[in-house]
Amino acid sequence: MIIELGHYALVLALGVSALQAILPVFGAARGDRALMEIGTVAAKATFLLVALSFGVLTYAHVTSDFSVQNVWENSHSQIPLIYKFSGVWGNHEGSMLLWMLILTFFSALVAVFGHNLPDTLKANVLAVQAWIASAFSLFILLTSNPFNRLADVPGEGRDLNPVLQDIGLAIHPPLLYLGYVGFSVCFSFAVAALIDGRIDAAWARWVRPWTLAAWTCLTAGIVMGSYWAYYELGWGGWWFWDPVENASFIPWLAGTALLHSALVMEKREALKIWTVLLAILTFSMSLLGTFLVRSGVLTSVHAFATDPTRGVFILVILILFIGGAFSLFAFRAAHLKAGGLFAPISREGALVLNNLILTTAAATVLTGTLYPLVLEALTGSKISVGAPFFNMTFGLLMLPLLLAVPFGPLLAWKRGDLLGAGQRLFAAVAIGLVAGCAIYYAQHGGPVMALAGLVLGAYMIAGSLTELFLRSGIGKVAGSVAVRRLAGLPRSVFGTALAHIGLGVTLIGIVAVTAFETEHIVEMKPGMTADAGGYTLRFDGLRDGKGPNYTEQSGHFSVMRAGVTVAEMWSSKRLYTARRMPTTEAGIKTFGLSQLYVSLGDGMADGGVVVRIWWKPLILCIWGGALVMMMGGAVSLSDRRLRIGAPSRARKQKRPVLEPAQ
Amino acid sequence: MIRRLVYVVLLLLSASPVFAVNPDEVLADPALEARARALSAQLRCMVCQNQSIDDSNAELAKDLRVLVRERITAGDSDEAVIDYVVSRYGEFVLLKPRLETKTLLLWGAPIVLLLAGAAVMIVSARRRSGRATGTPLSAEERDRLDAVLKDSE
Repeated sequence: MIIELGHYALVLALGVSALQAILPVFGAARGDRALMEIGTVAAKATFLLVALSFGVLTYAHVTSDFSVQNVWENSHSQIPLIYKFSGVWGNHEGSMLLWMLILTFFSALVAVFGHNLPDTLKANVLAVQAWIASAFSLFILLTSNPFNRLADVPGEGRDLNPVLQDIGLAIHPPLLYLGYVGFSVCFSFAVAALIDGRIDAAWARWVRPWTLAAWTCLTAGIVMGSYWAYYELGWGGWWFWDPVENASFIPWLAGTALLHSALVMEKREALKIWTVLLAILTFSMSLLGTFLVRSGVLTSVHAFATDPTRGVFILVILILFIGGAFSLFAFRAAHLKAGGLFAPISREGALVLNNLILTTAAATVLTGTLYPLVLEALTGSKISVGAPFFNMTFGLLMLPLLLAVPFGPLLAWKRGDLLGAGQRLFAAVAIGLVAGCAIYYAQHGGPVMALAGLVLGAYMIAGSLTELFLRSGIGKVAGSVAVRRLAGLPRSVFGTALAHIGLGVTLIGIVAVTAFETEHIVEMKPGMTADAGGYTLRFDGLRDGKGPNYTEQSGHFSVMRAGVTVAEMWSSKRLYTARRMPTTEAGIKTFGLSQLYVSLGDGMADGGVVVRIWWKPLILCIWGGALVMMMGGAVSLSDRRLRIGAPSRARKQKRPVLEPAQ
Repeated sequence: MIRRLVYVVLLLLSASPVFAVNPDEVLADPALEARARALSAQLRCMVCQNQSIDDSNAELAKDLRVLVRERITAGDSDEAVIDYVVSRYGEFVLLKPRLETKTLLLWGAPIVLLLAGAAVMIVSARRRSGRATGTPLSAEERDRLDAVLKDSE
């Protein structure tokens, strides 16, 4: 009965969002406030209904109700409680319901926090959100219903996929979806503005917090996924350029570009048309990612062709939304007035360069991801596009961008002084050189490219700090004045500096691991030792263990430095009993920012075991840097200009706008 | 990511769980072994989804790794090894496709997009700088300006 209630709530959510999709648009067109108000109420109602539906599915999983097909296929009575929860979204149907939950959550947020929006804009934004919600709830109900019942109730479930039985899975998809789906708000704002036919700096100011929030969550989701793959897959890689990873990385690149172009639009009213296009593009990439991951087209074109119901459905949604938004854009963009003049060398110019490179990078990753699929579908010839391709093209594209990052904030709006900014960055370059060389020598040896990379990373960090130093006048004015000035700087300035510093930290981590990682593949018997990263590992032997739903064989290692044991490590191989699936649980020990990574292989006939040992220098910088970037996003989001008193259109219009003299 | 993990696990099931590179495969000469590792990272495990033979546990990947090492030991250059593997397994085995007619768009896309974007940037910058800024003078203002200019003559 409860299960049917969840199903019914979802059907009702579809009905309510259908109303929300149509009525507010008419209200906005006619200036009918009552019709427009329906959007606000409906958005809250839809969210509550989807939340109820999601709650019911969670209840079914937690109580192990195997009469529900979804629970039977993806759960087990013996798994720990946390995996009963995370199992809700560890499958296709449940994850689509989570997608819906987050989408309607964002609509409800717009409904609740959108007081300061003009009525028509708010009504249109909520309507566009409801178009998406209606399409996806229809998709779930017709092709991916998580509430299907089984006639004969099985006694035991088929278990959650063992690699998904991890705390990483509990956190990764919700964060990723908060980012992915969060961009829907930017999309809705763009489409609503196009319907409205009006767009100005105030629009950019309303959109920026949503972009920031989505971007921060997407960053968190990608980082979480990367770290999860790192410790779960057992061979120590942290980024694979896998199509599924790319599917989340492309919206991230586009979203990063959007974040920067919205800034230009907010401050200078320039790049309006481009920003709207980018808002549409970013969510289009999220939709495309959903299609790629959920349709099965990635596994192979043929697998997609044999069971195309779901894939074709999402493809239709994709074409309707992306095609529709672009058509609307094509009709309306010409009516949007361009404004805000600037010289090529200026803050705006730097942000345009940022956008050029980021969108090209997004397009490159997109091309590389889709090329094999499209080529095979069109000509039948099979090629592979993998990590070596992406590393080369993406790396080359990023190089000029990373060099330019510290310049951006130092250039003035409208007309900047490149030479002046260069002089001001002189200290940063010097610090970068010294620090880069220092890290290089600390890690002893490595190719010249690694040195260049480390210098670049250190230069980015120092360059971002330069902005804070200069603006607070440290060294030029009395200490107390400088501190007061520093505290008085807008939060968004700190946000920018943090995000750019984080990027530098990540770069240092990537370069250090790529250049200085060591790997040893050895066959070990108890008592034997191996050296890695200045530590000595002694293999002490194997032990059999048993978990709630698996059996395992764990190897024990003592980590020694100069003959003294400094740490102990366990690395194990597990066999999940329900699915008879083996997994490896790598042993990881952190020393400062570096890690020792031990993975267990096959047992040998003579009692030995194959062991793979990696020393991963500064690897924590990769994720740590991303955390700093997220902090930057959060700090920027807390800027009071974004929190309260978003400007009204009237006030904006009083300011003289530069128009071309015709 | 989930899908890839599932795939990896399926592979672990189908093949006996062995390590990517096993100690018995490693060549005695570290220089040759380093070349073998670098080459392996460029070659695709044919039965996996987006994994190089260097990373893969599959039996077929092991065979390919051993093959690469055989060719290197026999004195082949890196290009010769790649050519040999491609001749046996086809272009599909290369993780970084060669520049050919059918991959022209793939390799060209970044360059073309970057150039096109830069062109649009430059054109719009030119157009902007050609634009007059501010509002034109009104007739009254023009008269006054003319008067001032006449006075100074």
